[in-house]
Amino acid sequence: MIHNRTMIEPKPAPSSSVGPVAWLRSNLFNGPINTIFTLIGLYILYLLVVPTVQWAFINADWVGTTRDDCSREGACWVFINARFTQFIYGLYPRSEIWRANIVFAGFFTLIAWLAIPRLPFKHWVAVFALVGFPVIAYVLLHGGYFDLPRVPTHRWGGLMLTLLLATVGMVGALPIGIVLALGRRSNMPIVKSFCVIFIEFWRGVPLITVLFMASVMLPLFLPSDMSVDRLVRALIGLTLFQSAYMAEVIRGGLQAIPKGQEEAAAALGMTYWKRMGLIILPQALKMMIPGIVNTFISLFKDTTLVMIIGLFDLLGIVQAALADSRWLGFSLEGYVFAAFMFWIFCFSMSRYSQYLERKLHTGHKR
Amino acid sequence: MNTTRWLGLGITLLAPTLWVPATAMADTLEAVQERDSVRCGVNAAQPGFSSLDDNDQYRGLDTDVCRAIAAAALGDASKVNFVPLDSVERFAALQSGEVDVLSRTTTWTSSRDTTLGMNFTGVSYYDGQAFMVASDLGVQSAKELDGAAICTQSGTTSELNLSDYFRINNMTYDAVVFDSPEQSIAGFEAGRCDVLSSDASQLYAQRIQLADPNMAVVLPEIISKEPLGPAVRQGDDQWFNIVKWSLFAMLNAEELGVSQANVDEQLSSENPDVMRLLGQDGDFGEAMGLSSDWAYQIVKQVGNYADIYDRNVGADSDFNIARGLNALWKDGGIQYAPPIR
Repeated sequence: MIHNRTMIEPKPAPSSSVGPVAWLRSNLFNGPINTIFTLIGLYILYLLVVPTVQWAFINADWVGTTRDDCSREGACWVFINARFTQFIYGLYPRSEIWRANIVFAGFFTLIAWLAIPRLPFKHWVAVFALVGFPVIAYVLLHGGYFDLPRVPTHRWGGLMLTLLLATVGMVGALPIGIVLALGRRSNMPIVKSFCVIFIEFWRGVPLITVLFMASVMLPLFLPSDMSVDRLVRALIGLTLFQSAYMAEVIRGGLQAIPKGQEEAAAALGMTYWKRMGLIILPQALKMMIPGIVNTFISLFKDTTLVMIIGLFDLLGIVQAALADSRWLGFSLEGYVFAAFMFWIFCFSMSRYSQYLERKLHTGHKR
Repeated sequence: MNTTRWLGLGITLLAPTLWVPATAMADTLEAVQERDSVRCGVNAAQPGFSSLDDNDQYRGLDTDVCRAIAAAALGDASKVNFVPLDSVERFAALQSGEVDVLSRTTTWTSSRDTTLGMNFTGVSYYDGQAFMVASDLGVQSAKELDGAAICTQSGTTSELNLSDYFRINNMTYDAVVFDSPEQSIAGFEAGRCDVLSSDASQLYAQRIQLADPNMAVVLPEIISKEPLGPAVRQGDDQWFNIVKWSLFAMLNAEELGVSQANVDEQLSSENPDVMRLLGQDGDFGEAMGLSSDWAYQIVKQVGNYADIYDRNVGADSDFNIARGLNALWKDGGIQYAPPIR
């Protein structure tokens, strides 16, 4: 009798239960109905993707300077190429673009510095970003100091203007929103009613009306020799409008903090501002990150409305370029470009907020 | 565009009530000279009339009118601050003093002229609704369009004009309505309709968006009146005169054969009309508060009417719109300027 004393070598699981094939079988092709749906889905995907890729890449024209360089069989990226400087800087004088570039570089460096955890001196960088940088950016962009030629704000435009509007709006709206949210929960009747009226007024009117009032109606009420820059008016309108929304988002966060937190802090003898600044707000803001970023993203996209008051933001300058008789008929390319740029910024904000949520996660989520 | 239209109507109705403070601002010329630039309200994106080129410059018939005004008032056609205006805010911007002159494809109508606190200074372009057909249909006249499918834009007066025109001529048609110019030209190209109807200036801009512009022709009939022209605030007759005569100077220059190319030779012309136009005789500029070479500066720096027409919408442009109604009165059109004397 032969005794087999050797162990059978362990074998990998049968190919029918692991690996991509098995995954496909169990998820996409398990049964006739799912198989049919999978095939239909693949076919639809094929119908969508192939022409898109062909249009955007394979048949597209990339090099050239005029519309005649485009075969018209695919996308004409020549148009975007020829207009790129305008799309980024608006009508900013070409000879002064280096100034805008410095501001761009500083802006992205500061954001990266604040966002990347390993880099040191976060506090000082943050203070500089909020206090020093805006002054430097203003001096550089606007000019009029240190022999820099003045560039009036009506020449600012494109992506530069979009980022400016969005950044000032966000940086302005968050603190104002926090103050309004705290004010609305206050027991002091005057503070409370002021905040309620402010929030309800700004939330009750459409942004387009706010901008329109700021741009057109305001000069009618002001004395004729007094004029406020269009861009400044738009910035103030946008900031106040968004701060009302921000206030309600933050108030939602404040309400989610159990009352015991504040009572415990009070029992320790903390003043109101210490209670808020050290106990309540850090918890509330952390919880409200999705809501706050939501508001930021919607603000970023709302900046396109400044088009109606004659400021060329990114979308506005693209639309203006579409009317140039030398480039008529390339609206699809223009809009795809604008959408792509907006997507980059909105998606980055969204990813950063998810990263922040993970980083600040201290077990408060259920 | 419907919401914009309603908003526009609201503003239009509201605007007269807000017009009062604006009249207090007299002496626009003084303000312009002090500022050393003319603030000109233009369209942000209207092919042929006002659009941005690759080098950040505004190009178009309307913007050249602005340049002519700057050449007359300041002696330098480049001293224009173009303010892009939405169709909704244009009148309010003029009334509030945000702009000195509005040159933004604005149709001169009685209600605008009488209730909005503004004065139209003339007609820089006679526009009107027209028809575009596929050239292989062989249609020569709009009278042959009985039973045709016609693409139009919703919410515009063109729908109304269309039904009037066909009723008057005892013809029938099927309306295919779109929301925007881009959609209607796409519909036309895709064969959804035989005919596209809109303002002539827009039709020509739509035509060159076709893959092959030669596949369509614009018929000669114009079925509505859309006189487009610059406008100024009421209450400053001197500025009104300057804007009005800047346009007239360009028309007179064309009539007298004075163009951007030959204006320097024409300075030595013996023709009394040319001498008066170019300031060699008389003091017509001084009477408006300008220098005597105001019209010379316009023609030298911007051109006469034929120059700006051909450059922006006519033979030298992509649109190649025939002069038609915009030809001089002596060439069969209706562009007519009072004489300078």
